[in-house]
Amino acid sequence: MSDWLNLLIRFFDDFLVGAGVTLELTAIGLVMGFLLGLGLALGKVYGNKPLCWFSTAYIELFRGTPLLVQLFLIYYGLPSLGITLSQTLSAYLALGLNSAAYQAEYLRGAILAIGNTQMTAGRAIGLSRWQTILHIILPQALRLAIPSWSNEPILLLKSTAVVFLIAVQDLMAKAKRAATTTYNPIGSYLAVAVVYLVMVFALNALLKWLERKARIPGFEMEGKKGSL
Amino acid sequence: MTNKILTIKNLTKIYGDNIVFQNIDLSINEGDTVVIIGPSGTGKSTLLRCINLLTKPNGGQIWLDDEEITSKEVNEDNVRQHIGMVFQNFLLFNHLTALENVKLGLIKVKKLDKTAAEAKAFQELERVGLVDRAHHFPGQLSGGQQQRVAIARALAMDPRIMLFDEPTSALDPELIGEVLEVMRKLSLAGMTMLVVTHEMGFAREVADRIVFMEKGSIVEEGSPEDLFNRPKFQRTREFLWKITELYGKKEQEE
Repeated sequence: MSDWLNLLIRFFDDFLVGAGVTLELTAIGLVMGFLLGLGLALGKVYGNKPLCWFSTAYIELFRGTPLLVQLFLIYYGLPSLGITLSQTLSAYLALGLNSAAYQAEYLRGAILAIGNTQMTAGRAIGLSRWQTILHIILPQALRLAIPSWSNEPILLLKSTAVVFLIAVQDLMAKAKRAATTTYNPIGSYLAVAVVYLVMVFALNALLKWLERKARIPGFEMEGKKGSL
Repeated sequence: MTNKILTIKNLTKIYGDNIVFQNIDLSINEGDTVVIIGPSGTGKSTLLRCINLLTKPNGGQIWLDDEEITSKEVNEDNVRQHIGMVFQNFLLFNHLTALENVKLGLIKVKKLDKTAAEAKAFQELERVGLVDRAHHFPGQLSGGQQQRVAIARALAMDPRIMLFDEPTSALDPELIGEVLEVMRKLSLAGMTMLVVTHEMGFAREVADRIVFMEKGSIVEEGSPEDLFNRPKFQRTREFLWKITELYGKKEQEE
């Protein structure tokens, strides 16, 4: 136990830096995935045929192949097409593109749940289709999506661990380094497991807060416990 | 000199094999309240949705004032802001307060600045007696209050005509009165209104003209006096008899 604590203390700064990189990857992947995912969801629900088809194909493609394969295609594959990206940029891109596919499905579900009647109400006062989507549908759909969408930041944070395979210095890379320096793999990986866990707990608390903050008074979306 | 606000000629709506209504002719004068009655499933609601261009008719024409709104060159969004619509299920924007519900169209469609929009929105809420509920969300309002906000939201756009699609059908009986009262006042104030309803008391008292629709066509129309006391057709008589048997006893006692 004291060995393990020593290891944790010795590599603490290193782990902290790695955790910072992991959080950065998560944040950028999440934001990129959200913006792209929102576009895909809108394309699938409201788009014309080609747009709807494109969104569907994108989602199926990126959900249907492993993140690691996508990462390697971007980092090792693209250079053969004359596009060479840095390790960090490749990591951002892979995480963002991959996350977009999942986020699109969460958002699409919420948009469909808001339904066509709100669209009717918006159009009836003279709002255009796009204005209604922007001012009426999305503000409600995004709130409605939060509980299920909350999976995505947590899954994404843990998925970022694959980027150490293209030598991005994230938390996982730091763990590997600690393991090889100390010859104590179990201690090293356990230590970063704890760091991951702490980050997920913190993220969870943040998401819970967001869910409460976004609640519309008198409009119960999550259903009360034991109301039946 | 009466001014025709809405003119409908030969309007037809067909879904697949199902003829919702056919060859409807109807016109409404400025300031008039016209009530459409008839059994459910006769296309009354679809007719209103067609007038507001929320549903495309298969044939026929509609004029709002002198403008043919069924013509292809017309900007639908532009037309809709001149036609107020009140729905059976209120359809308030659930994420906005009563005030914001009324304000949104003023800002986004009429392009009023915030202060002007707010003043106008308060004025409309005043008209439906809900200034004290301005900052409540729809989920915090009763059905009757929600419907009154919906009326205020439509009125805020200064429409040429207001369409009401069974505005009290989703309400608890004790809440119907407050909505009908708002509509009655509106009618007296000279608003042009086309109302689909089963509230015969309202139709009798407020309507300038009643239109009886059945199976996708207009069977007869006339003043409340004529229609209730001297219906020309057996079908009208049967419908009125059925519906007054259901609701009428209470009115006779009054």
